[in-house]
Amino acid sequence: MPINVLMPALSPTMTEGTLATWKKKEGDTVKAGDVLAEIETDKATMEVEAVDEGILSKILIAEGTENVAVNTPIAIILEEGESADQAAFPTGNEKSVAPPDQKEEPLACSLKAPEPKHSEEPKATRVSVDEEKFYAKGTKTMTVREALREAMSEEMRRDEKIYLMGEEVAEYNGAYKISQGMLDEFGPKRVIDTPITEQGFAGLAVGSAFNGLRPIIEFMTMNFAMQAIDQIINSAAKTLYMSGGQLGCPIVFRGPNGAAARVGAQHSQDFSSWYANIPGLKVLSPWSAADAKGLMKAAIRDPNPVVFLENEVMYGQSFEVPVDEDFVLPIGKAKIEREGKDVTIISYSIMVGKALKAAEALAGQGIDAEVVNLRSIRPLDVETIAASIRKTSRVVSVEECWPVCGIGSEIAAIAMEECFDYLDAPFKRVTQKNVPLPYAANLEKLALPQVEDIIAAVKEVCNR
Amino acid sequence: MSIFKSKTPEAAPAPAQEPALRNSKYKHLPDKDQAMKMYHDMLLIRRFEEKAGQLYGMGLIGGFCHLYIGQEAVVTGFTSAQDKDDTVITTYRDHGQMLAVDMDPRGVMAELTGRSGGYSRGKGGSMHMFSREKNFYGGHGIVGASVALGTGLAFTHKYNNDGKINLCYFGDGASHQGQVYESFNMAALWKLPVLYIIENNGYAMGTSVARHAAGDLYKRGEGYGIPGKVVDGMDVLAVRDAAVEAMEYIRAGNGPMLLEVKTYRYRGHSMSDPAKYRQKEEVEKMREERDPITNFKAFLIENDMVSGEEFDVIEKQIKQTIKETEEFATTSPEPDPSELWTDVLLEA
Repeated sequence: MPINVLMPALSPTMTEGTLATWKKKEGDTVKAGDVLAEIETDKATMEVEAVDEGILSKILIAEGTENVAVNTPIAIILEEGESADQAAFPTGNEKSVAPPDQKEEPLACSLKAPEPKHSEEPKATRVSVDEEKFYAKGTKTMTVREALREAMSEEMRRDEKIYLMGEEVAEYNGAYKISQGMLDEFGPKRVIDTPITEQGFAGLAVGSAFNGLRPIIEFMTMNFAMQAIDQIINSAAKTLYMSGGQLGCPIVFRGPNGAAARVGAQHSQDFSSWYANIPGLKVLSPWSAADAKGLMKAAIRDPNPVVFLENEVMYGQSFEVPVDEDFVLPIGKAKIEREGKDVTIISYSIMVGKALKAAEALAGQGIDAEVVNLRSIRPLDVETIAASIRKTSRVVSVEECWPVCGIGSEIAAIAMEECFDYLDAPFKRVTQKNVPLPYAANLEKLALPQVEDIIAAVKEVCNR
Repeated sequence: MSIFKSKTPEAAPAPAQEPALRNSKYKHLPDKDQAMKMYHDMLLIRRFEEKAGQLYGMGLIGGFCHLYIGQEAVVTGFTSAQDKDDTVITTYRDHGQMLAVDMDPRGVMAELTGRSGGYSRGKGGSMHMFSREKNFYGGHGIVGASVALGTGLAFTHKYNNDGKINLCYFGDGASHQGQVYESFNMAALWKLPVLYIIENNGYAMGTSVARHAAGDLYKRGEGYGIPGKVVDGMDVLAVRDAAVEAMEYIRAGNGPMLLEVKTYRYRGHSMSDPAKYRQKEEVEKMREERDPITNFKAFLIENDMVSGEEFDVIEKQIKQTIKETEEFATTSPEPDPSELWTDVLLEA
C-alpha cells in the first residue's frame, strides 16, 4: 500500500511551514528513522523522519515551498514491488491524496488538521489619533514575535542595566523563539539561561531590581509563573509601599498567557484577572504586533513591576508596525480598533481578533459594533471604556478568563458605576466556560470563546 | 532623612591591632574602638528590644513583633566584619540587623509604632523596613523569600562588578523552603558573592530544630559545592572570626558560602507567643551561662581592653538613646491620611 508522507505539526500551534530541503530524492530507498526533509517554521527548523520503509516514489511538494499546511501530503513512499499508479487511490480519504499536478497549490487540510489561523486574523487597520505621529515614517510588516524581540533589543541597546533572564532564553534562542539571536548580540551576561526554578529566579530578579538593575523575566508560559507568584506579588508589587517609597522594582515579567492549542488544563489559563487585582503591579496584554512593540517598550521603561501577558497563538501573526524607533504606547490607554454605534465589544489579546471578526459578521446583519482593545488591564482605561458604552448603550466583554471575578466582571462594574443611566440592555460577558480547559479538540473549542459566541451575545444585548 | 543620621560611632573596620591577650582563641580580634562599638551595638539592640516589648505591652506597637533578644552576637559579629557598602537582607526578625548597620533607632521604633517618622513612614511596620542609605534591603515577611531576593542583590554586585557582597540572613525554619535551594543552585552555578547566614535559634516558631530539620543545616549547601560551617552564635568574637574568613573567601570570587550560626532567642517567636514549647529552665540556663553581652564584657575586662568607666559611658549613652527613641516613637504623628495613596507606583 503506498504511504503518504504528511506535513507534520512541530508544535501545538503550528498550522503551516516551509518545506526547506529534501534530504532524499525520488527513487531513493528509505528506512524508518531516515531524515527525509527539513521543514521550517517561524520558530525552528526540524527534520522529518521516515516512519516506514520503502522507496521514495514521488515528491509532491518541491523544496522551497512556503506556507505548506499541516497534514498536506508531501511525498509518497512505496513498498517494494508496488507501482506508483496505486498512489492515486491509496487511503480512502480523498482529501489527503495529493495528485502530483496540484503540488504548487497546498491542499485543503484533512479533517484532523487544526484550522489555519494565519489567513483568518483580522488586521489592525485603524490608527488612533494619539498614535498617528508614529506612522509618519511608515510601517513594516512583522510578527508579534519579531515585535517583542525588537522592542527588547532596542531597549537593551539603550540601557546596560536591562537584562533578559529565563528558561531557554539564551542558547536555545527562546522556547517560542522570542529571544532568537539576542544571546549573540548581548552576550551571556545579559541574556541568561536559568535552571527550571521559577520562584528562585523571579526572586533573584526582584532582588536585583531593588538594587538598580532592570530585569526582563521570561516565563516559558505564565502558567509556570504560579510557582513564582509570591515573589511577583509580595516582593515586587508591595515593597515600594512597604518601604515608604524607597525601594522601587523596575521589572517586566513576560510570557505567553491563556490557551495555546490542545495543551491541556495546566498549560492553558488566562491570568489577567489574577494580576489585575494587585495594587503595585501594571498589567499589559497586547493583541497586534504594534501593540506588542509599543507596549513592551513602555513596560521596560516603566519604573514599576509590569506583568506582560502575551499569547502563543498570536506570536506568528503579522501586522503593520511603525518603523519609528520612538514608537512607545502609553500604559493605561485602550484603543478603539473599530468604530461603531450600536454596541461596544470590549476585549484584549487574542480575543480582539475574534471580536473584530464578529463585528464584521454583525455588520452584514445590520449591527454596527465598536471594538475596544484594552491593551492595558491594570490600570484599565475607564475613560475610554465608559465613553464607548455611553455612546452605544450596549456592551459585551470578551475574554479568555473564567467568568468569576474575571475582567468582564470589572467592566460590568464600570458600566454600572459610570454608565448606569446610559445602558439600554443588561451587560453580557463572553468568557472561557467555567471548567478547566479540556484537551479534546471539540471540547476545547466549546470551552473557549468563539466568534459565534460573541455574535450571539451581541445579538442578545441588541434584542435581535 | 536627616533624623536618621547615625548617633553611633562609624562602623568602618580598621585593621585590627592584635593586642597581646591572655588565652585568646580568636584570630581576628577587633581593636579597642571596634570592640567598644560591638559592645555598644549588642547592648543597644538588647535595650531597644526590651523597650519594644514594653511598648507592645502598652498597645503602642501592634501586629507582629519579633524580638532579637539573645541573638545580638550574630548580627554584631557579622556587621563588624563587613564593608559598609555590602548589602544586607533578612527576614521579619529584623530590628537587630537595622540597628547594627547604624539605622537610626528612632526611625526604627517609630515604624514599630506606625508613625510618620518611621523608616517606611508607618506603612511597613516591624517586618518591613528598608534603608537604601545603609544598604539594608529589608525586612521580609515571607519565610524563604528573602533568600532569593538576597541572591539577587548578590547578582547585582556581580553584574556591576563592584566588589561588594550580600549578607543574606534567614532562620532555621526558612532553611527548608524550596526557593532557598533554587537560590543556592544559581548562586553556586554563577559564583554570586553572597554569604548565607542561617540564624539557628533552635525553634521555627514553636517547633524545635530536632522536630523540623533532617540532618545538619550547615551541610545544606554541600550538594551545590557551597562550603558550610557551624559557628557559635552566642560568642560575638567567634562570629566575627567566621565572618572575616567567609567574606575573604567570597570576595576572592569563589561564590557563596553558608554559615549556620547557633544562637538562642530568649523571648517567644513573636510578642504573642507564650513559648510553652520549651522549659523555663532552658532559657534561664542560656541566659546565665551563655549570654553574649555579659560574656563579651567579661572578656574585654579580663583582657584590659575596655575599662569599667568606659563601659559606664557606653551604657549611659544607650540609656539616653533609648529614652530619645521612645520619646520620638511615641510623639511622632501618625501618617497623614493622604499617605494611604502614596508609594503604590512610581511616576513613569
